[in-house]
Amino acid sequence: MTSGDLIIEAKDLTRTFGSFTAVDHITFDVHRGEVFGFLGANGAGKTTAIRMLIGLLAPTSGHATVAGFDIARESEKVKQAIGYMSQKFSLYEDLTVRENAALYGGIYGLTDVQIRERTEEMLQRLKFEHAANERVRAIPLGWRQKLAFSVSLLHRPPVVFLDEPTGGVDPITRRQFWELIYETAQGGTTVLVTTHYMDEAEYCDRVSIMVSGRIDALGTPSELKSEYGVGSIEDLFVRLARPAESAGSK
Amino acid sequence: MRSLFGLLRKEALHIIRDKRTLTVLLLLPVIQVVIFGYAIRTDVDNVRLAVVDPAPDEMTLRLRSRFTAAAVFRTVAVLPNEAPLERLFQKGAAQAALIIEPRFAEHLARGIPARILIITDATDPNTGSTIQGYAERVVQQFEREVRANAGVLQIVPQARLRFNPTAESKNLFVPGLMAFILTIISSLMTAITITREKETGTMETLLVSPLRPWQIIVGKVAPYLALGFISIVGVLLEARLIFRVPIRGSLVLLLAEGLLFILVSLALGVLISARTSNQRVAMLGALVGTMLPTMILSGFIFPIESMPAVLRYLSNIIPARWFVVIARGIMLKGIGLGYLWQETAILVFMALFLLVVSTRSFSERLE
Repeated sequence: MTSGDLIIEAKDLTRTFGSFTAVDHITFDVHRGEVFGFLGANGAGKTTAIRMLIGLLAPTSGHATVAGFDIARESEKVKQAIGYMSQKFSLYEDLTVRENAALYGGIYGLTDVQIRERTEEMLQRLKFEHAANERVRAIPLGWRQKLAFSVSLLHRPPVVFLDEPTGGVDPITRRQFWELIYETAQGGTTVLVTTHYMDEAEYCDRVSIMVSGRIDALGTPSELKSEYGVGSIEDLFVRLARPAESAGSK
Repeated sequence: MRSLFGLLRKEALHIIRDKRTLTVLLLLPVIQVVIFGYAIRTDVDNVRLAVVDPAPDEMTLRLRSRFTAAAVFRTVAVLPNEAPLERLFQKGAAQAALIIEPRFAEHLARGIPARILIITDATDPNTGSTIQGYAERVVQQFEREVRANAGVLQIVPQARLRFNPTAESKNLFVPGLMAFILTIISSLMTAITITREKETGTMETLLVSPLRPWQIIVGKVAPYLALGFISIVGVLLEARLIFRVPIRGSLVLLLAEGLLFILVSLALGVLISARTSNQRVAMLGALVGTMLPTMILSGFIFPIESMPAVLRYLSNIIPARWFVVIARGIMLKGIGLGYLWQETAILVFMALFLLVVSTRSFSERLE
């Protein structure tokens, strides 16, 4: 780790599939305790980039460290050090909330006592004790997502990756979810989040916008807006993404 | 190891909580045995026989009583001429007809060939030829009897069916049925349960966790190993208690070979699931890739010896084919590893090969 302040460092990270370059020499850092927004249109390469960072995909070239571990050589250590909430849903619907927590706690090597304490603490914090023994299937989607997020933090990872966590959720629940993200970041956990919602991008400490495998813009939302002279991140996004789209349609 | 234990527990909960699937899995073997035991029988008995005897005499009566005495035949009609036969066959009232020429006794007595005609309904050729065989045996016996009375020297051949003296199909079907049920539980269920996690997204979460791919696979399939084992024990118990199917060899060896076969099937299931991304495709893959071959090419229903050469060679790569030989050997012949080591070695090799390939294929998909 070059600096104790950096939790993710990526340098010229590249991934090709055959002749197609999904991620093209991206370089960026994420600071400890930061909420970092990872934006990009579908197919821009953000999922591929995240899959490399969480150890699901080997980089073709370039390198990166997550929580101080090299993603290519120490992917097992990276896995232990991160939390992850997938784009789809990561809790088991036919298990209860408690059983899900116990399962994931166990997978990350927590002791029974730790699992019990942290589960209780989590339920209290979410004010969700009443439904602890309900099967996840019976719980509303918004709640499920908050639970999935909290369960992914059960082993207290220094960094958590959220892949489009608010897809298909109503605006109020989305807002509540973001409050949860802030709480988590204030506790010192770094949050890297991908999203389609440009209003959410405004909530992030810093955002990067990927277009055609490259990071075209990187900075705090206000920096980016003044740099490009646009009123919102959404305008910026459209401006960056459009040339790529028209090039792609040729 | 704690994390693996958690996975196993979780998978067990999945199985127990999915009541409908569990019921199907537990009842399927029981029902299959009953169906194969009672309904799908290749044994031929109670054959409806029509007799055409235009001029009954002492000899034709003796021949007819021979047929009646054979438990296989049941005389449904005695006719003076052949005219109604066609209708009887069409209606299915008769499956076989015995037509005796007039002046039968007289011909016999004078040493002229006395002729009879045996007609069988060969809509189902196997049944047809089996009935034909029975009828010929009855006639031969009758012939010998007549000649013995006349004091002519003769040789009486006796045939004996070894290992399954009454040629009962149920003794043959149980080993094949075990293979079939294990294929369903092991290959199909594994393929479905793994692709289900891919569909719901939980597989990704497991893959991102510190769990190793092999741990994920073991966690997914081990409960099905147990379920498969329970169902073989169930099938064997039912076959033994209800159908009195013998288990002449070592029960321990039989169960061990069963586990080996389950392992092969599970590995196949993992392989299928690694190559597919949704449950429907996985189910189709398991059906076409494992269940159909087990049904058709294992010798379970259709004898391998009577297959065209291409299929015969193809059957060699079907795990069930070897398991059926092993199970029949142990259950009906009472033989042990001394005779079955080759088949066992083939299954061991298949298990190792498939486990390596499927684990690798599973991990590759993460790349």
